[in-house]
Amino acid sequence: MPHDEAHPSFLQHHFENVGQQREAASFGMWIFLLTEIMFFGGMFCAYLIFRNWYHPAFVAGSNTLDITLGTANTAVLICSSFTMAMAVYSAQMRKKGALMAFLVLTIVLGVVFLGIKGDEWHSKYVEHHIPGMDFSIQDFVHPTNPKAIPLAPDMAEKTQIYFSLYFLLTGMHALHMIIGVSILFFLLARASSGAYTGGHIMPIENFGLYWHFVDIVWIFLFPLLYLISRYQ
Amino acid sequence: MTNTTERAVAKHEDEGIHIVKPSLYVAIFLTLLVLTAATTGISFIDLGVFNAVIALAIACFKASLVVLFFMHLHYSSRLLKLTVAAGLFTFCLLLSLTMTDYISRAWGMW
Repeated sequence: MPHDEAHPSFLQHHFENVGQQREAASFGMWIFLLTEIMFFGGMFCAYLIFRNWYHPAFVAGSNTLDITLGTANTAVLICSSFTMAMAVYSAQMRKKGALMAFLVLTIVLGVVFLGIKGDEWHSKYVEHHIPGMDFSIQDFVHPTNPKAIPLAPDMAEKTQIYFSLYFLLTGMHALHMIIGVSILFFLLARASSGAYTGGHIMPIENFGLYWHFVDIVWIFLFPLLYLISRYQ
Repeated sequence: MTNTTERAVAKHEDEGIHIVKPSLYVAIFLTLLVLTAATTGISFIDLGVFNAVIALAIACFKASLVVLFFMHLHYSSRLLKLTVAAGLFTFCLLLSLTMTDYISRAWGMW
């Protein structure tokens, strides 16, 4: 059957028109993202409750993180959200070269984020701050930083809860980034054959929604893990 | 080339798609970077409990910018806006009811 402008090949037969198909796809994607909010929300809730209970341990744990790397990673992720937004715009404008360039930039920035995160995790390994992997409370009972308040050994043990939640939250976020980068490679391969620059922009738009969501999770993780415990 | 672009724009408008201009994306992008610098800077000033309040307020504002403009919710249908609002409302409900339980129990009193 020949396809014309009103019935392009990417229009599924059970939709009236492209507009309806697009609305249904966006709706489904947002529903998925809401389930993701509940998934991350549960972990955020656990973080808030434990932070209230073991406040001195959470302050001490948070102050061992590198705020410079955290800020740099936030900036990298915001840049990647911008390049992804521009990729969606390029698909809408049917510019294949620009679309591929912005997808490549988004991949690069995503990998840079994961690299910086990996470096931060590695320093936790070196400092014996990974719960279950030769964890040491030494740095919290006898802090080398003169401004840090020494913790009693029982409270110092609770820093393990902070680091467990730190690795859970940043690990789940990094897993979402890894899945995102993998999908980006797939989209890039399809984009190179012109799949998304002939009017079929929905996969790029929906992936954009996912990528921006992962950015939003980090926008909340950054202050909660790095910033709010510097004083008090 | 310009002709193809114009046709692409006209086609999207037929399908009810609002195309956000790159200048707006750049403005949002720069605002997000400035807010990131601001939130990090403010965390070095001792404001007591307000450190957390300000940091989370800035995070909420940044997230709103991303949702409304990068994720196009500002230009989406009422159905989508209602769906997202209902989801966020449910999340806030679950969070506040859980917190109500934790702050109102006499932990360690029995």
